[in-house]
Amino acid sequence: MATSYNAKDEDGHITVSGPSGGTLRSKKPENTAFKQQRLPAWQPILTAGTVLPAFFIIGLIFIPIGIGLYVTSNNIKEFEIDYTGVDMSSPCFNCSQSFSWNSTRPCTCTIPFYLDQPYESNVFMYYGLSNFYQNHRRYVKSRDDNQLNGDPESLKGPSKECEPYAKHDNKPIAPCGAIANSMFNDTLELFYNDPNGTKIQIPLNKTGIAWWTDKHVKFRNPEGNNHNLTAVFQGTTKPVNWRRPVYELDDDPENNGFINEDFIVWMRTAALPTFRKLYRIIPRKSSMVPTLPSGNYTLEVVYNYPVRSFEGRKRMILSTISWMGGKNPFLGIAYMTVGSVCFFLGVVLLIIHHKYGNRNNSADISN
Amino acid sequence: MLRWIRQQLGFDPPHQSDTRTVYVANRFPQHGHYVPQRFADNRIISSKYTVWNFVPKNLFEQFRRIANFYFLIIFLVQLMIDTPTSPITSGLPLFFVITVTAIKQGYEDWLRHKADNEVNGAPVFVVRSGSLVQTRSKNIRVGDIVRVAKDETFPADLALLSSDRADGTCHITTASLDGETNLKTHYSVAETSVCQSVSQLEALQAVVECQQPEADLYRFVGRITVTQHGEEIVRPLGPENLLLRGARLKNTKEIYGVAVYTGMESKMALNYKCKSQKRSAVEKSMNTFLIIYLVILLFEAVLSTILKYAWQAEEKWNEPFYNQKTEQERNSSPILKFISDFLAFLVLYNFIIPISLYVTVEMQKFLGSFFIGWDLDLYHEESDQKAQVNTSDLNEELGQVEYVFTDKTGTLTENEMQFRECSINGTKYREVNGKLVPEGMTDDSPDGSTPRLIGEELLFLQAVSLCHTVQISYDQPDCLVGGGDPFSHANGFSSNHMEYYASSPDEKALVEATKRIGVAFTGSNGDVMEIKAFGKAEKYKLLHVLEFDADRRRMSVILQTPSGGKVLFTKGAESAILPFTTSGEIEKTRLHVDEFALKGLRTLVVACRHFSPEEYIDVDRRLNAARTALQQREERLQEAFSYIERDLQLLGATGVEDKLQDKVQETIEALRLAGIKVWVLTGDKHETAVSVSLSCGHFHRTMNILELLQQRSDNECAEQLRRLARRIKEDHVIQHGLVVDGASLSLALREHEKLFMEVCKNCSAVLCCRMAPLQKAKVVRLLKTSPEKPITLAIGDGANDVSMIQEAHVGIGIMGKEGRQAVRNSDYAIARFKFLSKLLLVHGHFYYIRIATLVQYFFYKNVCFITPQFLYQFFCLFSQQTLYDSVYLTLYNICFTSLPILVYSLFEQLVHPHILQNKPGLYRDISKNSLLSFRTFLYWTLLGFCHAFIFFFGSYILMGEDTTLMGNGQILRANRQLMFGNWTFGTLVFTVMVITVTLKLALETQFWTWMNHFVTWGSIAFYFIFSLFYGGIIWPFLHTQDMYFVFVQLLSSGSAWFAIIIIVITCLFPDVVKKVFYRHLQPTSTQKSQMYSNRVAIGDDFIALQPLSRAKSQLGKISLYQPPRRRPSAVWSPCAATNMGKAAVPAWPTSWSK
Repeated sequence: MATSYNAKDEDGHITVSGPSGGTLRSKKPENTAFKQQRLPAWQPILTAGTVLPAFFIIGLIFIPIGIGLYVTSNNIKEFEIDYTGVDMSSPCFNCSQSFSWNSTRPCTCTIPFYLDQPYESNVFMYYGLSNFYQNHRRYVKSRDDNQLNGDPESLKGPSKECEPYAKHDNKPIAPCGAIANSMFNDTLELFYNDPNGTKIQIPLNKTGIAWWTDKHVKFRNPEGNNHNLTAVFQGTTKPVNWRRPVYELDDDPENNGFINEDFIVWMRTAALPTFRKLYRIIPRKSSMVPTLPSGNYTLEVVYNYPVRSFEGRKRMILSTISWMGGKNPFLGIAYMTVGSVCFFLGVVLLIIHHKYGNRNNSADISN
Repeated sequence: MLRWIRQQLGFDPPHQSDTRTVYVANRFPQHGHYVPQRFADNRIISSKYTVWNFVPKNLFEQFRRIANFYFLIIFLVQLMIDTPTSPITSGLPLFFVITVTAIKQGYEDWLRHKADNEVNGAPVFVVRSGSLVQTRSKNIRVGDIVRVAKDETFPADLALLSSDRADGTCHITTASLDGETNLKTHYSVAETSVCQSVSQLEALQAVVECQQPEADLYRFVGRITVTQHGEEIVRPLGPENLLLRGARLKNTKEIYGVAVYTGMESKMALNYKCKSQKRSAVEKSMNTFLIIYLVILLFEAVLSTILKYAWQAEEKWNEPFYNQKTEQERNSSPILKFISDFLAFLVLYNFIIPISLYVTVEMQKFLGSFFIGWDLDLYHEESDQKAQVNTSDLNEELGQVEYVFTDKTGTLTENEMQFRECSINGTKYREVNGKLVPEGMTDDSPDGSTPRLIGEELLFLQAVSLCHTVQISYDQPDCLVGGGDPFSHANGFSSNHMEYYASSPDEKALVEATKRIGVAFTGSNGDVMEIKAFGKAEKYKLLHVLEFDADRRRMSVILQTPSGGKVLFTKGAESAILPFTTSGEIEKTRLHVDEFALKGLRTLVVACRHFSPEEYIDVDRRLNAARTALQQREERLQEAFSYIERDLQLLGATGVEDKLQDKVQETIEALRLAGIKVWVLTGDKHETAVSVSLSCGHFHRTMNILELLQQRSDNECAEQLRRLARRIKEDHVIQHGLVVDGASLSLALREHEKLFMEVCKNCSAVLCCRMAPLQKAKVVRLLKTSPEKPITLAIGDGANDVSMIQEAHVGIGIMGKEGRQAVRNSDYAIARFKFLSKLLLVHGHFYYIRIATLVQYFFYKNVCFITPQFLYQFFCLFSQQTLYDSVYLTLYNICFTSLPILVYSLFEQLVHPHILQNKPGLYRDISKNSLLSFRTFLYWTLLGFCHAFIFFFGSYILMGEDTTLMGNGQILRANRQLMFGNWTFGTLVFTVMVITVTLKLALETQFWTWMNHFVTWGSIAFYFIFSLFYGGIIWPFLHTQDMYFVFVQLLSSGSAWFAIIIIVITCLFPDVVKKVFYRHLQPTSTQKSQMYSNRVAIGDDFIALQPLSRAKSQLGKISLYQPPRRRPSAVWSPCAATNMGKAAVPAWPTSWSK
């Protein structure tokens, strides 16, 4: 800070007439708690004495929580099956070998599997991909949220972030971008092989799998409630890799176009290269019978999605969930570990406190 | 034209000649070759900016700062190439930082503008075209005749033409320039002094020639040529003819003067210089840390780039079917791509360099420095002065001081002189009740009887009462002016109403003493000095004054006695006079002088010389020639002076006592306990200095005093130094003190610097006497540049301390009696020496721990911030995908984590101030920049990395394959297990990070005021509220809606809460454990005193309510409380404790009885 040299405050005090001026304002600082740095303050000091109870409490709370979480997580039933078709023996081997983008005839493969436990309540069906970098920067930003929100201008002129998936044959792509273009398009169907030999198709819910806000706010078809999506998407073209245009994704008008939930789920890019995405929900029929009784099942896959070029894997996962989410024993383990370490250190500190704390106290009392 | 531009830009100084010619009233000669000179106008510009150049100039200055420039570059890189974050993410914080700084600087400049306008717009009266015209100060041009009335300040540097007094003199004070409060008489040339009215001035034809403007206030060389009746009369002009801008007219109704230097060329403006930039040790280590972080940044960027290309080597990773490149990307050149990739990583990780560090540090220093001025303990009631902060850049340096260099007079002592003893013609006298009593005699003559004074005594008293530059001021100066003749007035008035004003307190004390004894100086009128010796008035004509200067160390007057004889009186330091004396009781006087000095009195020797008429003519001629010389006037004057001041007759010597300031001893003791070495540097005699040193506790009686005095040759000096070094080695048990004098010191410094340093370092107290101002600075520099590079502090009150104040790391000015120069050149100014202990021990401690934690924490929080982003690259093919949304990237440093640390750095107190002040040993805990040592830096950085790993991998593991955390723990919706997504993952990491980083600071905070609570919890709350708000809206101007409802989704999952809690606890809990263990197993003395203060709850109110004795006994407990044998530290050793007890007792009344 440069001080001004005008020095107005300096002369004037020294009047020849002595201190009879009487107009001098005292420069005495105010005696306030703030200015004297005497604000009332809480001064916690971390000593064994103060920290001890905290440690014991943390220990006592965390260990039960951890056990609870662990048990809950272990109660979750999860079944996973890899249907990539890498092995010769795999039923999908042929499909994975003979893949071509423009084949019109879908390749189907059937995988039998056995559930040794009945799955109660709602069962969630996922597809899982590995080595698929949905979090690559070029990929993540290759979308146009305005277009997906139903903005008619963006529909006709997609953002340049979508390049090279913005235009095809001079027509704007709807939905544009790499994410949309690479949408997962395998069809998975589940059959229960009744012990008496019949094959019962298990009903799969394809709604309710996306975020409510995504489905109802963030993703909008152009022109709102216009049910004639074919007309709405006039003048645009389908993404290059898609087999059907966006307005033919589903028959249900509430699940078609940009608000198709499979599409919305795919558009939420995964954080890591190995991820699973919710595919279908198998609703509970009644509390009496398990949703999926134990027994033999068949997974029928319409094999469209190529992953072998980047050494990817495709999986189908069936899982029940608990109040805390999906199967993840780590949370419980973490709580138990931290809890027990806390408890252990609490004991150590108690010893320290006992040994050293006394001495401090005696120094006080002796005086 | 080109030349004009160059001149404006300052490349070509416009005038090359050595002198400037000023035509009085701008009446230029009609004929002859007249070259108009260009002078500056009388506008004072202290402001840096104008409305027009503020933006470019301020921006330019800010971007000269390396950190700002770095962020500008990053910003530009972001604008130019495709980078992972939008330019806003670094542009906005930069903009914020720049704006805050610009606002601060703009505000300061606005204040300066206001002050300037006030000064420039002040009304002045100028003689123009035959009449007095009122105009504004800024309109004065060189050559204008200006009228200044009583008690007004001079608007420009004026050469005095005339005053309302017949003799053309006037009185001024220069208090605002150099702080000297005495009245100074200034003279006008006889030829112009008759022009007392406007019409007469109109007729005046004169030209002033003088040197070009220069900064020295006390130098002015010029001459005036007055044309009278066609005849040119040349008169010399000196500083006594020049009225400086800023000085104030006193005791004179009005004067007329011609402006010679105006505006920025006036001496006052030239003396205004920017403070030399001192940088604190903290700032230096901060820059080192920045460089280390820059290296980390570069390393991370290079590593990422290399790994990226390693991955990209395979087609399946580089361009899988789902993620094709555009044509443009495919075709761009590989080298260009490589560079842009590197830059992109640089941009991605650039937040590791804390952008807001500088601005926070600046704000912290600026705001924090108010506390010094506000401190009641640093307020001096008697002089109504509070501590003053001239630069806030060095606050924390106050906590790092290792050496204190202090001046003696006015700093350790009051600089309030009392005449005590004198020696006249070989007899010692004491002053008792206004009488001189010879040594050995009792005061036998009762009051009322006429003292018998023999001739020598009278002559001595006359000499003392005449040889000075004291001014007299009367209670009613108006009457004085009205009366016209000050003598009659003074005589009519009781002389009690007179007050002496002197630039040197010694002179004042002497003149007052002679007045008490009976020889009173009653005033001077023009060149007549009058004294009243025992009722009898005597008039002396003042012929010449040979002014005092620091080299000669004496001053003289030449007077014409009433009987007509010419006599020279001289007084000065004994070493400056005794060699030139030829008669008188030289040996006895020398003995007496030494005796006085031993008693701690300041001594002056008085001598005289009678001139024969021939001699005087010679002397007069020489002096006049020297004074009118235009070239080398100084040198010629020196020559003349030394010609005159010889063959002196010694009259006697005086001893003046300078009282010690309050609590000097306690302060020095406290500083010593704090591990600070105190050096006293003084210009005084060695005996005086040693006795003062002993009385102020700087030297102890038990100390072994080593001397390095009066060394004449190099070898002798070296030999003596070696002897001293040996003695120190021989008995290292006893404490040593060293006394050095100026001459020996310069010898020692010339050749044997190392040896000298060796000796000094082993002495617990060093006293340097007979020091010239520059030598003081040299000593400071010597210590400063010694291998350990200790932090030095210089404290002084006089102009002779300025060089040392500017040289030391921290310069402190004492607002004393010797003017304001020291205060103005200091970094901090306090009213009394005793305040130093609070300034260092309490404020220094506070500022240091505050800023140290601030700096470390900033680095820590930015490591926490950016390392997860770095780790994420390993999971996204090094594609530079950001982990956090760009809004979070932008706001992290400027919103979410900025306020708690700022409040912490303003209010934190590790230990209660009373305890800090009473346990100076706590100061040692923070010495040597210990809180910013490389070890602590490493600790914080590693802690940052560890936390970052826990954030990232904790979230990574707990999230599993993207879905596990999102469960039906959600409150609003039925059973559903949904997608997590990369943004939710980033938000989880970010949330955990904001909470952890804020709580980490909370763990560090020892002093929780309501503000700390407010900002700490407020920051976390703000983060949540902001995130809810930010994620709750589809933002029309953003082209992606990545964060839409992400935060709500995250929080609506119960297991996410569990994850947040466990990660935060995992991060912080080892830290808590570490703190507790260290506190119990290896407590520092700071921590011990914390424990203590906690237990007995020494709050202010508590203390204030206690009777003093009880408070004392409580403190006694602290001193007696012994640590369990580990780490012996001086505070807690019994000796220190008892010392402390002693020192602390008298220290209470002010600090405890509030």
